[in-house]
Amino acid sequence: MDAFLHQALAGLATGSIYASLALALVMIYQATHLVNFSQGEFAMFSTYIAWSLMQAGFPYWIAFLATIAISFVLGAAIQQIIIRRFQDGSVLSVVVVFVGLLTIFNSLAGWLFGYSIKSFPSPFPKELGNTYMSAHELGAIGVMMVVLLLLVIFFRLTPLGLAMRAASQNPVSSRLVGIRVSWMLALGWGLAGAIGSVAGMMVAPVVFLDPNMMSGVLLYAFAGALVGGIDNPLGAVLGGLLVGVLENLLGAYVIGNELKLSFALAIIVAVLVIRPAGLLGAIHVSRV
Amino acid sequence: MSGWFEVQELSASYGPTRVLFGVSFSLQQGSITALLGANGAGKTTTLRALCAMVRTQGTVTLDGRRIDGLPTEDIVRKGVAHVPEGRGTFVNLTVEENLRLGAYTRRDKAEVRVGLERVYSHFPRLKERRGQQAGTLSGGEQQMLSISRALMLRPQLLLLDEPSFGLSPMVVLEIFSIMHRINESERITILLVEQNASMALDLADSAYLLESGRVALGGSSKEMQEHDTVRRVYLGY
Repeated sequence: MDAFLHQALAGLATGSIYASLALALVMIYQATHLVNFSQGEFAMFSTYIAWSLMQAGFPYWIAFLATIAISFVLGAAIQQIIIRRFQDGSVLSVVVVFVGLLTIFNSLAGWLFGYSIKSFPSPFPKELGNTYMSAHELGAIGVMMVVLLLLVIFFRLTPLGLAMRAASQNPVSSRLVGIRVSWMLALGWGLAGAIGSVAGMMVAPVVFLDPNMMSGVLLYAFAGALVGGIDNPLGAVLGGLLVGVLENLLGAYVIGNELKLSFALAIIVAVLVIRPAGLLGAIHVSRV
Repeated sequence: MSGWFEVQELSASYGPTRVLFGVSFSLQQGSITALLGANGAGKTTTLRALCAMVRTQGTVTLDGRRIDGLPTEDIVRKGVAHVPEGRGTFVNLTVEENLRLGAYTRRDKAEVRVGLERVYSHFPRLKERRGQQAGTLSGGEQQMLSISRALMLRPQLLLLDEPSFGLSPMVVLEIFSIMHRINESERITILLVEQNASMALDLADSAYLLESGRVALGGSSKEMQEHDTVRRVYLGY
């Protein structure tokens, strides 16, 4: 029983990292109705930025905040410079651009920082941990909760958050109420970059830093976002946690570690077949 | 001739197809002007051209300042509200969120609250449904919401594209009486595109008739009502 609890809680901790990355996916989906396949690699690249800052002597939290800011700017810049040219194109062309970005980030990180595996520090003091969860596991959950809270406040309570939701749903009407739609898209990408960087910095102490560290995480994040509903921040978080716990328990007791990643794919397929909107995703109705 | 709102030689095209061929007209501040014409005459395109929603040539001045060439968002910020064809509802947002978006460019929160109450006083039904998803409203309610969203901007000029489209005669009457009230009480200038020429002429002070992308005729509503062609073709008597 004790071991079971341990496995479940560890799953919750990895789940919180999936949840953070799932939140980044939700951000871009909210802004553009597209799923960004390069989100994981972008997060990995951000983590290297944090690592470089720490190598240069900056303390952890300074590097942490600076990385978030840099990732925000980088995300917005990618939208304004690259994605904007494709936003009126077909879905397929945008997907190809995403895949292209994925490879570019991956090779850029390898070229700049090398392919050797690096360790990445955890900012949480050891004393925080207890018999069931380590300090870093608890800390990662806490950080994810803060990100979620900030996002919910932003989307539900601020005019800018409302404008972002509006711009993604109906760009023409949004312009007619004076919203600068192009800025909203850049803002969505910036926020996604910032949130992704947090996910990267939280997962790096666990999986270690290398250019391929996010490939598995992204798949779980997809599964999490889909389970919860890709247009709902709270749903994405619950989905991410659920996937984390299930993955850990099934890996430990049922299918073994080798099949864990296939499990994520099975979830994705199952959700798309049974309930494409996800558990908390809104099913929109409209009269015509 | 220099009116408060002046349109000169406005041309517009969708891709290679030209739709407007040098449309000129002017609006007096505080008036209601109707834009009449058959299907395909260019009425909707004229409204869209005024808001830079299509590629245009020609000049548009509001209160002596050029607004042609500005992007849509900036024209809106100058106080030109456009109630588009098909109503442009944010169907997945609530009624109140739709209205708050209308006031997106306004920064004074207290004023926005006052505006919200004023809009609810024009359209009490929207207040009852404030928390409801806007896509679930009936056609008439969505039209009211669309007009209300435009009013939340506190516009100087309201462009209305066929507010009667697809609605029952009762609802159309209600919406026309509210347009009259808005014009009277808030001194908002209205440019109204309408298929229903007789109702539009009853409401408006003056009117222009568009034919094949050109202004064929213009004058006061009374003159238009008495004009032979208008009577035969558009009023049907």
